[in-house]
Amino acid sequence: MASSSSYNSPCAACKFLRRKCMPGCIFAPYFPPEEPQKFANVHKIFGASNVTKLLNELLPQQREDAVNSLAYEAEARVRDPVYGCVGAITFLQRQVERLQKELDAANADLTRLTCNEIPTGLPSTRVVNSFHSMVAPRQRPVRIGNESGGNIYQTPQDFYFPYPPPWNGHNPSGNIHGGGADGNF
Amino acid sequence: MKSHRELCSGSSCAACKLLKRRCTPTCQFAPYFQSDESNKFAKVHKVFGASNVSKILNEVPQEQREDAVNSLVYEADVRLSDPVYGCIGVIASLQKKIVELQHDLILSRARLAYYVDQTVLCLDDGANMCPVIDMVEPFKGKDCFSFDQFTQYPFP
Repeated sequence: MASSSSYNSPCAACKFLRRKCMPGCIFAPYFPPEEPQKFANVHKIFGASNVTKLLNELLPQQREDAVNSLAYEAEARVRDPVYGCVGAITFLQRQVERLQKELDAANADLTRLTCNEIPTGLPSTRVVNSFHSMVAPRQRPVRIGNESGGNIYQTPQDFYFPYPPPWNGHNPSGNIHGGGADGNF
Repeated sequence: MKSHRELCSGSSCAACKLLKRRCTPTCQFAPYFQSDESNKFAKVHKVFGASNVSKILNEVPQEQREDAVNSLVYEADVRLSDPVYGCIGVIASLQKKIVELQHDLILSRARLAYYVDQTVLCLDDGANMCPVIDMVEPFKGKDCFSFDQFTQYPFP
């Protein structure tokens, strides 16, 4: 998190907006002058005043994450004006559905075997019941469905999860920063 | 999506109602924000702003504008529900879910393979009239969701 005002250098936002960067500039900590594109994207999609209002509603310790998520969404929208980052959500949701089906099928096979049902024609003989516990099927993901039908967008409260964003260095699940031209924020 | 003509006669679209302006026959928002959908436009306006939405729609071909509006509405809704992380929170949650499912799938298939092996071993000695059936597909890397795929998406 930079504080460009301490170096008498305007932050990227004030440079873009062509205004004097004051010591208490709300953008300065999050839009360093070395990353002009970050603010340019956010300004294009959300607008400076909307971002200001949003940040003012948050606690100071939440603002960096909020800015980074806005920057990510803005970049996604610039690259894909139709779907933005919702395209990625669609993609991941389909992966979840596919994996859930595969898991259900595997667990169904396990159930059949442990109940001495052998669907493949093996002789019904002494079976070692080594497994009395099976993997419990994962709770089915809440299907993202549109209230008006057709599309797959819905309010995601069921998917809210306080997972640390990867830009804080904690990234056990993979990198959601794409391989774009500028993956660094 | 309705054409402006299909809207109630003399009724402004939700956007023009909120913006308190006259809704013209060529209103850009009218096909996507019907007069009874004021909440829908209010969310988009709060997060993106009407002028930014207008610019985005102008960049998109006509036939894709409905999808663009729907995705903007979704994104705005998520951002209002979670002002800190917005859609990134949803993405992170889905990624975590995928990791969990992959883990469970590996476990289930491993147990299935073990159980099938045990079943075959317990058959009486003698001619095994039934072939050993591999009920478990190898968990090939290409069948897994690879986050490398996602790192390249949506930024190819």
